[in-house]
Amino acid sequence: MSKSKSTLPLEKAKLLEIHDLMVKARVLEERLITIYKSGDAFFWIGGPGEEALGVPLGLLAKRGQGHNYDYLHLHYRCSHILTSYGLEAKNVFRQMMNKKTDPFTGGRNFSNHYAIPEWNVVPVTSTIETQYLTAIGTAHAQKREKAKGITIVTGGDAGTAEGDFASSLVWASRKGAELPLLIIVQNNKWGISTNYEGQHGEVNIADRGKGFNMKTMVVNGNDPVESYIALEKAMAYVRKHQKPLILEAHVSRLYGHSSADGANLRKDEEDCLVTFEDQLQQWGLISEDECKELRLNYEKETRMAMEEVRGEDGPEANTIWDHVYADNENADWRNF
Amino acid sequence: MASMAQAIRMALHYGEKHLDVKDIFGEDVGAPLGGVFTCTQGLETTWNTPLDERGIIGCAMGVALTGDRCVAEIQFCDYIFNTIDLLKLVGNTYWSTNGLFNLPLVIMTPVGAGIHGSIYHSHSFDAIATRLPGFKVVMPSNAKDAYGLLLAAIKDPNPVLYLKPKALMRVKGKELLAGEPESDRELKAMIDAPVGDRSKWKANWPELEDESVELGKAKTVIEGDQVTVVTYGRHVLECEVAIKEVQSQGVSVELIDLRTLYPYDWPCIQKSIEKTGRVIFVNEDTEVTNFAEHLVYRTTQELFYHLLARPRVLAGKNLPGIGLSPALEYASVPMKADIVNEILDVVKELP
Repeated sequence: MSKSKSTLPLEKAKLLEIHDLMVKARVLEERLITIYKSGDAFFWIGGPGEEALGVPLGLLAKRGQGHNYDYLHLHYRCSHILTSYGLEAKNVFRQMMNKKTDPFTGGRNFSNHYAIPEWNVVPVTSTIETQYLTAIGTAHAQKREKAKGITIVTGGDAGTAEGDFASSLVWASRKGAELPLLIIVQNNKWGISTNYEGQHGEVNIADRGKGFNMKTMVVNGNDPVESYIALEKAMAYVRKHQKPLILEAHVSRLYGHSSADGANLRKDEEDCLVTFEDQLQQWGLISEDECKELRLNYEKETRMAMEEVRGEDGPEANTIWDHVYADNENADWRNF
Repeated sequence: MASMAQAIRMALHYGEKHLDVKDIFGEDVGAPLGGVFTCTQGLETTWNTPLDERGIIGCAMGVALTGDRCVAEIQFCDYIFNTIDLLKLVGNTYWSTNGLFNLPLVIMTPVGAGIHGSIYHSHSFDAIATRLPGFKVVMPSNAKDAYGLLLAAIKDPNPVLYLKPKALMRVKGKELLAGEPESDRELKAMIDAPVGDRSKWKANWPELEDESVELGKAKTVIEGDQVTVVTYGRHVLECEVAIKEVQSQGVSVELIDLRTLYPYDWPCIQKSIEKTGRVIFVNEDTEVTNFAEHLVYRTTQELFYHLLARPRVLAGKNLPGIGLSPALEYASVPMKADIVNEILDVVKELP
């Protein structure tokens, strides 16, 4: 039975756009896992299962370069956010297979470690939680310039044990110097092999913001509609009031921590895509066959992209000294 | 003549006015104190941070990621050690992103012993600083270089660690900066914050000029032909005194002030060692895996057949800390007598 337009939580077109991007992002990550398992990459880490949070976030953030656009300080489970930004699968594969054509790191870093200046996507690092520190700086610069952009930082629940997370709360909430900072925690309830209860005493991580007079939100990050509505409100609040907000989203970790623990589908975790497709079908917005066809199309597209990238060259060994210093100034002490 | 602290302050002012520095920050860097060594008094863009070194470095990275220039301070290098992983990130960001994101930032931090600073105000950082690829590392020995190196550091598109020898902060220079008034009293009245209420005080800056000291260029402070001494920071002064003493005994010493530790001026060192055949590298960081050991290694590899004596490292003892008692401090870091003895010893050595 189709649902009338007035009772849908979002516009039909928006719901279908979210679904489309969630499928695209999921297929992308599953292809990365396939690439790893087929021996074409050394390592995989990513965030399949967290699309219901990431896709809305990417749709709502203000994409562009400079202080007037939103800075994204991401971690390595965020391809879904950038899929909404228009991330090209080929480029993701280039990084995964450490090709010299990798536009983010030139074959130097792991998968999902993006760096995209023209979208204000600052370099993703493997160091857990340091993004909560660098976010202070971009938010400060935006506030100083009275810019229209805000800073969005996101990371996992386990990493909030690091002092850097506490630093972001302290720096963002100082009276009279509050920062336009949206602090997000993607709580998948795991830190590699240690569960949430083994690491946390607090009921909600977001509650830590209350001690700093911060507005807080806890959302079901497996529900893209709830996520979209909450993120829209959160971004509007940070943008308007130039103050921080902490949003904790409960999400699933669908393929484990990384290739290090197998990267196999965990059937005991909720799959946000399955849940959302059931919902869309109940609303009569899409059929099961259309969902299957959409997935097949993206699978075909990503397979072709992967095959194209597979034949590309890796970086030459003699480029190791490139970009140690700006403008390729000599950095080899043998030549000082 | 300006003290090193005043020279740093004037360089930061020049940076704000002419080099687009947007933020100067750290613990007690802003008003009313203007820095524990007064290096940041009277500036326009200073502000105080929480007592959080990791936050300071992270914030500097973020500011630099936007393309804005900033100068951040860690109040003493003794408290920088909990930021090492962040410093690694600062150093590797341009390389890791294959040239997409450079970080045009300066991190200042006071280093070294010499003020009876006990265990946690006497650490050195040069050995670790030179193990942070992607950084440039400088340490001035006088006010004029402090000014010029800081301007060059601010202008450089790469991250620069600006190590301030804390024992030299009050030491006055021997050369006027361009635009600096000749009278110390006049300069003080213009740019030193008054004691007491400073809420209405504003600095009256002299019209300064760009007297940048090129990064990577050492300075031959004393010319000589029997032995080369390579050092930096406060040990330039310590070596000068020692050299005067050995000169009275007829020993000719060439003294090189490295100024930039990395990338270092090898041609300057090389030329001097080729002339003298003897070299001592002096610094006060702990002696095991000391930066000078790399310079000795390179000396033996490239200049072995020019050497008349074993190249030496005279550095701080490999101790967990510098003790407060003067007797303990003086036994822990190279002092004038140690330098004199080392020079006389190396000169006596024959192939």
